[in-house]
Amino acid sequence: MTIDRHPPVTDWATDFDHTDPVWVNNPFPIWDELRETCPVAHSNRYGGTWLPVTHEHVSAIAYDTEHFTSRAVVVSEARPGPNDLPAPIGVAPPITSDPPFHAMARRLMLPAFAPKKIEALEPFTRDLCNELLDALQGKDVVDAAVDYAQHIPLRVIAKMLGFPAADADYFRHIIHLILEEGINIAEEDDIRLLEGQSIDAYFDAQIADHVANPRDDLTSFLLEAELDGNKLMHEHVRGTMLLILVAGIDTTWSAIGSSLWHLANNPADRQRLANEPELMPFAVEEMLRAYAPVTMARMVAKDVEIGGCPMKVDDWVLLPFPAANRDPEFFDRADEVVIDREENRHAAFGLGIHRCLGSNLARMELRVAVEEWVKRYPDFELADPSAVTWAAGQVRGPRSIPVRLPA
Amino acid sequence: MRVHVDADKCQGHNRCYSLAPELFDVDDLGNAVELNDGVVPEGLEHKARLAMANCPEYAISITE
Repeated sequence: MTIDRHPPVTDWATDFDHTDPVWVNNPFPIWDELRETCPVAHSNRYGGTWLPVTHEHVSAIAYDTEHFTSRAVVVSEARPGPNDLPAPIGVAPPITSDPPFHAMARRLMLPAFAPKKIEALEPFTRDLCNELLDALQGKDVVDAAVDYAQHIPLRVIAKMLGFPAADADYFRHIIHLILEEGINIAEEDDIRLLEGQSIDAYFDAQIADHVANPRDDLTSFLLEAELDGNKLMHEHVRGTMLLILVAGIDTTWSAIGSSLWHLANNPADRQRLANEPELMPFAVEEMLRAYAPVTMARMVAKDVEIGGCPMKVDDWVLLPFPAANRDPEFFDRADEVVIDREENRHAAFGLGIHRCLGSNLARMELRVAVEEWVKRYPDFELADPSAVTWAAGQVRGPRSIPVRLPA
Repeated sequence: MRVHVDADKCQGHNRCYSLAPELFDVDDLGNAVELNDGVVPEGLEHKARLAMANCPEYAISITE
């Protein structure tokens, strides 16, 4: 099924590929060099893709909803097809929506993810972290990504949607397909044709169950919700479920994993967090800045020039918020993790109207996950640095982090 | 000292509310509003500056 369309990159300014193993393993030097030499790179891969790497350009594009559409936000061989809901709605509202529909679809979801709603999930999350940590007790080497980080957002999102916790493996499979395998699948074998029926059938079963037994969760909320006096279209409900599943799990799992990976590598930071728990809010933001998991994408809606580069309709544009977060023009000591950095206007959750809907949830999960881990294991180290693997694609985080726990 | 949230710029990042809940609240949509007409009680000036300096959207301003 997967065809190798990705020969090794030899020139990052003219032929970059965000799935190249060099990028996947360590993208920071690539962005640093491009910022100096070619701050808006271009590649013919994926049918034509641009890559801005400065905070100035990334934010300019994020704010410009006239020239850039969110109709598709994952760069892949396939452009959105004739079967996909077109702009301004898109396949997974509101992330794939443009103004003016976007504001309505987003407004609908915002209350469910507002800070005070999310605070109520903190005890559940803390208990879950402790349950996972209990299961690690007595082991010498554990995988901080597989045995800990990944389970936290999977279980929290399943609970929010009202899906069975036992289906976690299935969600993992879907997410992997969309975010990693999906990149290589061309239009003719569109992922939704291959897997779409199974995802849609799963969502339909959950919807039917919620229609029969309404309860206090996001699925029942979506089924009851109205836009302009009408219930949401069935495709809108399923699209938003897909969005929550895909955007709410891999991302947070990546942020937790990167933070634990950093702490495993940096005993001084570990020590400070264990001794000065009041630093945690600043440390969490710094981890989000330095290891922002999410690179978004846009398509060009109207021809436009950015940094002197002529972007044409239907070109892809990667929006690497992680690169903006490492721009030395915007941040002091941009390439260092400053665990007590007080001024941190980072863009890990995006900028403008598409600010991550789940940012309050993600931040809570990350803080609680790191707090509980550090409380239990203030001392731990990488068991084998070469065994750490990173996810390829637009969500970056460690997928395996073998760590040695103190006896 | 007074803080002010520009409602047109605020996108609900919630940085001000988490850094300075004494000075800001958030509404049901998660957007920020200043408390007490924005008046910063004595001793909270540092928190006000932190909130301003951490807003990714530059939505917070301070007048002295």
